[in-house]
Amino acid sequence: MAITRGFTGRGRATRDPRLPPGQYDAKDDWPVLNAEATPRIGTDRWTFTIEGLVDRPRSWTWDEIHALPGSRYSGDIHCVTTWSKLGMTFDGVSVDTLLDAVGVQPEAKFVMATAHTGYTTNLPLEDVTGGKAWVVWQADGRPLTVEHGGPARLLVPHLYFWKSAKWASGLRVMAEDEQGFWERNGYHDRGDPWLEQRYQGD
Amino acid sequence: MAVWQTATVLDVRRETPTAKTFRLKLPAESGHIAGQYYVVRLTAEDGYTAQRDYSVASVPGTDEIDLTVELLPGGEVSEFLHEVVEPGDRLEVRGPIGGWFAWPGDAPALGVAGGSGVVPLMAMLRSARIAGSELFRLIVSARTPAALYYGDELPGPETTIVYTREVPPGYARPPGRITAADLEPLLLPEQTVFVCGTPPFCDTATDLLTGLGVGTDRIRVERFGPSS
Repeated sequence: MAITRGFTGRGRATRDPRLPPGQYDAKDDWPVLNAEATPRIGTDRWTFTIEGLVDRPRSWTWDEIHALPGSRYSGDIHCVTTWSKLGMTFDGVSVDTLLDAVGVQPEAKFVMATAHTGYTTNLPLEDVTGGKAWVVWQADGRPLTVEHGGPARLLVPHLYFWKSAKWASGLRVMAEDEQGFWERNGYHDRGDPWLEQRYQGD
Repeated sequence: MAVWQTATVLDVRRETPTAKTFRLKLPAESGHIAGQYYVVRLTAEDGYTAQRDYSVASVPGTDEIDLTVELLPGGEVSEFLHEVVEPGDRLEVRGPIGGWFAWPGDAPALGVAGGSGVVPLMAMLRSARIAGSELFRLIVSARTPAALYYGDELPGPETTIVYTREVPPGYARPPGRITAADLEPLLLPEQTVFVCGTPPFCDTATDLLTGLGVGTDRIRVERFGPSS
């Protein structure tokens, strides 16, 4: 790795160990990144659907998903554009709860997360099970705002944040991996921030 | 996918009081499509790194790329580029990246830019002009004439400039934010619309566009800078 003349890096002595390599602490900012127009989806029209390799495909309405046992994530999030936000809380429902309700078939290995905008992102099944993924509608105790994916988004905080599809509409459970929107456009299939898996080939 | 390569800074040019264009020489021809970006990585002696994405303002087909960088207060990378980097320096870059916010030049497109969001759209405009193509139109919103990027080059029959705070002497359109009336004459059926700027600018522009009947499937958005 070539050293850049004159670059020392500021604020490194105080660098938070929770920051993966190449990331900076956005502190009070929560930057917005999405590639489409921000949609306005009323909670009366919102649904979340799980289909594909499951025994009992189904959709939840806004009221139905709220009736499920709640689950909270407290921790950090990391965007591939190099900002991280530390110590956030998100409230919603664990993806485990949803998958238990539909019954995942044995040959299932991957999921395609979908959004009401048509956005997609692919994930290994094991990255959305075992207490690692949520569908959330509150951030830091307040309703998730539309620019951050409200009324509800997927949350997979151990991976780069494009995997946490905004305006989430469901999961399609698959045996074989397929690339989603950003992945077809050059981003990594898995996206582990601690391994700096930003782009295809990392 | 693109690997890291070492580029040499050929030229540093001031665009506005807060923006500079860095012309970089790559080891090989840049295969970018207008609208794509490169990642710039800075490395300290102890291995600490910082990297940011910067859109290419120049056209494909050579081994030189122009990256225009807005100075962000407290921005670790943009401040270093502005304050330290000079011709002859070497910078690690990786790209091109981004297959979505990109215009290959083969279909009608409209660019809607706010402030520094003009950078990727400038690559589209320059590509269209070199090709003699009339497929690309561009509207740029800038705060003041001094804050307008590429001010000498932008004006033309395919471009519209709106100023939000202060206009040049004798400018017909009064200062004010972009409106539906600014956008409507630029729209064509089947046109892809590329919107780039701050998140509030992008939201305003996409709301105006959808209000004018542009389907969300024809709108592609790139949001720059921190949100409020």
